[in-house]
Amino acid sequence: MQVVCPGGSGELVAAALIIGLSNGALIALIALGYTLVYGIIELINFSHGDLFMLGTFVALTVLAALGLEGGAAETPWLALIAAILAAMVFCGVLNMLAERIAYRRLRNAPRLAPLISAIGVSFIYINIGLFWRGPSPIPFPDLLPDFEFVRAITGADTLITFTTKDAFIIATAIPLMLGLGWVIKNTTMGKAMRAVAQDREMALQVGIDVDKVISFTFLLGGLLAGAAAVMHGLYNGNTVFTLGFTAGLKAFTAAVLGGIGNVTGAALGGFLLGILGAMTVTCYGGEWENVGVFTLLVVILVFRPTGLLGEETPER
Amino acid sequence: MALLELEKVDAYYGHIQALRGISITVEKGEIVTLIGSNGAGKTTTLRTISGIVRPRAGSVTLDGRDLARVPANRIVSLGIAHSPEGRRIFPRMSVKENLEMGAYARGAVDLTEDFDRVFGLFPRLKERITQVAGTLSGGEQQMLAIGRALMARPTLLLLDEPSMGLAPVLVELVFETIKDINRLGMSILLVEQNALMALTVAKRGYVLQTGSIVLADSAEELAKNEMVRKAYLGEE
Repeated sequence: MQVVCPGGSGELVAAALIIGLSNGALIALIALGYTLVYGIIELINFSHGDLFMLGTFVALTVLAALGLEGGAAETPWLALIAAILAAMVFCGVLNMLAERIAYRRLRNAPRLAPLISAIGVSFIYINIGLFWRGPSPIPFPDLLPDFEFVRAITGADTLITFTTKDAFIIATAIPLMLGLGWVIKNTTMGKAMRAVAQDREMALQVGIDVDKVISFTFLLGGLLAGAAAVMHGLYNGNTVFTLGFTAGLKAFTAAVLGGIGNVTGAALGGFLLGILGAMTVTCYGGEWENVGVFTLLVVILVFRPTGLLGEETPER
Repeated sequence: MALLELEKVDAYYGHIQALRGISITVEKGEIVTLIGSNGAGKTTTLRTISGIVRPRAGSVTLDGRDLARVPANRIVSLGIAHSPEGRRIFPRMSVKENLEMGAYARGAVDLTEDFDRVFGLFPRLKERITQVAGTLSGGEQQMLAIGRALMARPTLLLLDEPSMGLAPVLVELVFETIKDINRLGMSILLVEQNALMALTVAKRGYVLQTGSIVLADSAEELAKNEMVRKAYLGEE
């Protein structure tokens, strides 16, 4: 253990693994938004991380309106559900609007044009965030009970903590991911999404309203980012207007790692990145986190340029 | 009134004029073929009919209805299905899903009959029903592309180079199937490099050269035409 992880014992590594799972689930949810959009229109939606940031602000606003900004004695489940739904709908609809206004007209323009447009949208979101809640970090109410399962069950004094927060993230993120997979595999809209991703012109020919399908894809990506936003706030206890930059970069990295355009890959990449990040922090210290994460990215891309699950798409 | 009528259609790819005043008709129940060498504008003609390329001048009408303002994704609901050049099956979907996509415009309807009809024409597809389409052989992909178009229950089928890249035995099969499909009551506009085969199944034909129609006649007469025999049937 000392060889791979000079700073830690087996117990510490196990603890890091759990933190990594929770962080990874959040990264994965955001990464899915990148990969869905890239899969369907080959656009790297630079504004996606900042959309996630705005989601945390919307959740804060909803919780404040319900009088919960300072926290609560008991977990207000209904209010939490309301905050999640509000953030999801907000991010979903805003993402759709951004596509409609800033990307759709550029769909047949050279690839760089919508990319620059997405960077522009990103700046707009960041500045809305700054204007809305100011430059300092904002505390996010601590609403989930701090129950520690491992200690409660084993009775032992251990560093391994699996709290209600971890459980909450896993119990929300996994069903969302499975739900997304189900929608893509089985629904008419999901099949249309896959058809548009594989051959947009042929999709038109069989009668698919491609604009509607692309809108729907942005909606899905936004919904997931909104859910991730609330969980991020509850888990980390704060948010700030620059949150989207790092979160977005990590999530984009996860999407590339898994094979951009591949939905399972994005989820896998998210978890891998989360776990590896937490491990690096535990073993080598926080300042090495990004070194570890991006070294992994470089190594994987050198040996598998299409990412872990990405396939080389045959030219037609 | 003709089922399909193109009148003096001009179409462009960027700045390059691909079609110059093309006029074509397809009557109900007919097989009509477009022959011509590479780059003559055959594929562009089909793409113009199915709304992917918009005519700069002239008109395209189906049953008297102007198609110029119909969005490309609504064309199939009006009764035109396109089996395009290069097949363009959805490579990461199963054979079954590809066929279902063919019927997309018809909404949530029972497709049993349509599957039976396609599998009747192409029993091979039934054996491959769960296979991912990208892993099919070229011939099977061609069958799938035609089958997918049939799932839309079109009145007019546009077939672009259905024999391309196929073994001679499969070419025979595909042309037999084209006749079968026509017997089911569908009109067909067939684009082919294999002019000889095309002229044996078609009733009428047009010869395209650099975006213009240079000859229009019955298939029988075209097959006898000296210029056609030299240029497209490979006779010296």
